[in-house]
Amino acid sequence: MAAIVERAGLDALLDELRRRGYTVIGPTVRSQSLVYDEVNTADDLPAGWVDVQEGGTFRLQRSGEEALFAHTVGHDSLKRFLFPPELRVWRARRASDGTLEVDEPEPPPRYAFIGVRSCDLHAVAIQDRVFIGDRYVDPDYEARRRDAFFVAVNCGRAGGTCFCASMDTGPRVTAGFDLALTEVLDERGHRFVVEVGSERGAEVFEAIEHREADADEQGAPDAAAERARASMGRTLDVTDIRDLLQANAEHPRWDDVADRCLSCGNCTLVCPTCFCSTVEDTTDLAGGETEHTRLWDSCFTLGHSYVHGGSVRQSGRSRYRQWMTHKLSTWIDQFGTSGCVGCGRCITWCPVAIDITEEVAAIRADD
Amino acid sequence: MPELPVAFRVAEKQQETGDTWTLWLEPADGAEIDRFAPGQFAMLYAFGVGEAPISVSSIGGDGAVVHTVRAVGAVTNAICAAQPGDVLGVRGPFGTAWPLAEAEGRDVVVVAGGIGLAPLRPVIHELLADRDRYGAVCILYGGRTPAELLYPGELESWRGRFDIDVDVTVDVAEADWHGRVGLVTRLIPPAVFDPATAVAMVCGPEVMMRFTALALQDRGMSDDRIWLSLERSMTCATGHCGHCQLGPLFICKDGPVLRRDVVEPLMRVPEL
Amino acid sequence: MRTIEQLLDEAPALEALGAEHRATLVGCASNCVFAPGERIMREGDPADAFYVIREGTVALETEVPGRGAIVLQTLHDGELLGWSWLVPPYRIAFDARSLGTTHAIALDGACLRGKCDADPALGYALLKILSTVFVERLQDTRLRLLDLYGKDAGA
Repeated sequence: MAAIVERAGLDALLDELRRRGYTVIGPTVRSQSLVYDEVNTADDLPAGWVDVQEGGTFRLQRSGEEALFAHTVGHDSLKRFLFPPELRVWRARRASDGTLEVDEPEPPPRYAFIGVRSCDLHAVAIQDRVFIGDRYVDPDYEARRRDAFFVAVNCGRAGGTCFCASMDTGPRVTAGFDLALTEVLDERGHRFVVEVGSERGAEVFEAIEHREADADEQGAPDAAAERARASMGRTLDVTDIRDLLQANAEHPRWDDVADRCLSCGNCTLVCPTCFCSTVEDTTDLAGGETEHTRLWDSCFTLGHSYVHGGSVRQSGRSRYRQWMTHKLSTWIDQFGTSGCVGCGRCITWCPVAIDITEEVAAIRADD
Repeated sequence: MPELPVAFRVAEKQQETGDTWTLWLEPADGAEIDRFAPGQFAMLYAFGVGEAPISVSSIGGDGAVVHTVRAVGAVTNAICAAQPGDVLGVRGPFGTAWPLAEAEGRDVVVVAGGIGLAPLRPVIHELLADRDRYGAVCILYGGRTPAELLYPGELESWRGRFDIDVDVTVDVAEADWHGRVGLVTRLIPPAVFDPATAVAMVCGPEVMMRFTALALQDRGMSDDRIWLSLERSMTCATGHCGHCQLGPLFICKDGPVLRRDVVEPLMRVPEL
Repeated sequence: MRTIEQLLDEAPALEALGAEHRATLVGCASNCVFAPGERIMREGDPADAFYVIREGTVALETEVPGRGAIVLQTLHDGELLGWSWLVPPYRIAFDARSLGTTHAIALDGACLRGKCDADPALGYALLKILSTVFVERLQDTRLRLLDLYGKDAGA
C-alpha cells in the first residue's frame, strides 16, 4: 500500500536516518555535475536542476520547476561508497622477532543512500554477485553493504543516453530497495509516493508522518516509469549477445572503435559495475610500517595485463574489446547476468562519444 | 581482499640458476593455512614491497611449503633476497590443482618447459609416492641450457628409478653436454605411453605449451585429457581484481590448471 | 651379420620408401660404426654422405670463438643425419660428432642423387621423407630461437 510524504516531510526522513546512525548520501550539484555527497536536508538535493546529456556531453540546466529528482544520473555512482576508489586493506609492522603484526581494518561507515535510480540499484546487485556472491567474500564490501539503506527514486524521464529498458534494469524500481520515492509535483502540491521495499524500510518509515495515497497517486510510480520508458532514446539488442561478442573477437569493428578510443578509461571510472582493482604497498621512511592499499584500476591500462616483461593486451583495440566483451558477454558466464545496467554513463562521459549500443549493433549487423 | 598474509619463516634457501631460487618456508609461531594441492599457488608477500603469485613446488607434511621463484621484478627480487630466518607472508592456497584423480589407472605424461617444472614437481612427487595408482609415467623436461635445469639432483634420482621414464633436453648446450639438444616437443614421439587413454600435464611458457599440446595430439591424445597451467597478471588471487581474466575465465580461480579443450579457443585469440 | 638390405628394411625412417625403392639404394649404402667422440662430418667439407642412425647419439655443433663448441641439435636412434648432399653447393654446414658408439647406415650422396635423377619416383618418395625432417627441424629451431625460457621472454 503506497503512502504519501509531503516535500516538507522529506527532511523528517533524512533526520530519522541520521538518528539511526546512518551517514545520509544523496545527489548534489557540484563541479557542474551531479555528485553523491552527504546531505543534511532535502534542500541539499538538486532542486530545480535537470541534466542534458548525449554522447560526450553533459550539462546541468535549470528546469524552472522545484522538482528534486527531475535529473537522472551524473558521472558518480554508489560504487564510490561501497567499493571505494582507495581502501587501506591492512597495515602491518615488523615485530622484533621478524614476524608481521597486522592491524585489523577499521569498520566502515553505515550509509543511507537517497535518490538511487533503478539502474544503480541493479548495479549494486551486480557488484554484490562479484564481491559477496561468488567463491570468495570481500569483507569490506560485505560490511558496507550489510548496513546500507536505499531510498530509491523512480525516474520520470529518461536521461539522454539511458537504455535501462533494453537491459531490463528499469526504469521502474522493483527490487533491492528499502524505500522508493516517486516525485509528484502538481496543483495539489509537491509530494512523494512512497513504496516500502523491506522490513527495515517499513520500520524507518513508521516514524515519518505520512498519509495513504489515493488512487491517482498510487498510479504515479507506474506512470512515471512509463514516461521514462517512452522518452528513452537508445536501445541495445541483447539477443544472444553473449555468443555474439565471444564469437566475434576478430571482427573488423574492433579496429574501427580502436581508431576512436583514447584508452582514457573514463568509461571504467563512471561505470557503476566496473570492479577492477590493483594494490599498492607503501612503507614509511624507516621501513618499519607498511600499508597495503587497494585502488581502482582499469582494463584500459597497459599494466592491467602485464606479465613476464610485457602486457598481454598491448593494443588499444584489444583493451576496448576486453572491456566491452566483459561488460556485455563474459560477465554472463562469470556471474549469471549482464554487467551492464544501461545507465548510459559510458556514452556520456566518453570524450569521443563511443556508444556501446552502436558498437553492438555494428557487430551484429555484420556477424 | 578477504585474507591477510600469514607469517612464514624461510627455513632454507637454494639457488637453482642465475636468477632462480628455491625457498623452504615453515609456518612461524604455529600459524596455519590449508594444505596445498599440486598445481595450486600462493601469494607470497615481501614486507613493504608487495605480493607475487608463485606456484607451490613441493608440499611438506608439516604445513611447510616450498616455492621456486624467478627474480624478474621488484617483488620477486625481494623474495629471492630473503635469507633463512627472514619472514615472508603467505596467502593461499589458491587455484585449481593438477588432475590426479582423473589420472588414476592411466598413463601419465608430464611435460615441463623451463621453470614450468616447478609447478609440476609436487604432482610428480604424488605420482611417485602412490606409484601403483597410475600406469606408465613419463617425465619430459626441456630447459634452456644444462646449467639452467632445475632440481638436477632430483632429476637424477628420478632417472635412477626403474618404474618411470625421464627424458631431458636442452635448447642449446656446450660440447661437454652428452644429453639431448632440441625442443622439448621432440621428446614426445618416442615417449612410451598409450595416447588413447593417457593424461598429460603440461607447464611452461605458453608457446611451449601450445606446441606441446599439438605434439601430444599428433600422438593421438584427445584435448580433454591434456591439462595446462596458465599464467596471467594477478593481484588478489580471489577473482576480485579482474586482472587475470582470459575471456570468461579467471585464471586465479578457474585455473591455473585448465583443460586444453576449455582454453584452446581462448589461447588462439591474439591479445585476449 | 645382417645384410645391408636387411638394415635398410629395418630403418623406420625409410619404411615409407617401400621395399622396391629401398632395394635400389643398396648400391649406395654401407654399414658403419663411429667410436665415442669420433667426428662424422666436418663443417666446410664436401657433403657426400647421408646417414640413417640405427643406434646412437650424434651432436650437431659449431665452434663459436669464446664459447667453444656449441651443440645445436642432437640426433638419436632412427633419425636422419645430413641433408647438404641434396642441395648445391653440397657443403657440410655443421660438425657432427658421435657422442657414444653410433651404428649407422651411410649412403653416398652422389650415388643417391644419380639414382633419384634416373628414377623420379624414387626421388619424390625420398624427398617426401626428407621434407618431413626439414619441416620438423625448422619448426623446432624457430621455436628455440624465441628463447622462451629466457628472462622477459613473454608469458
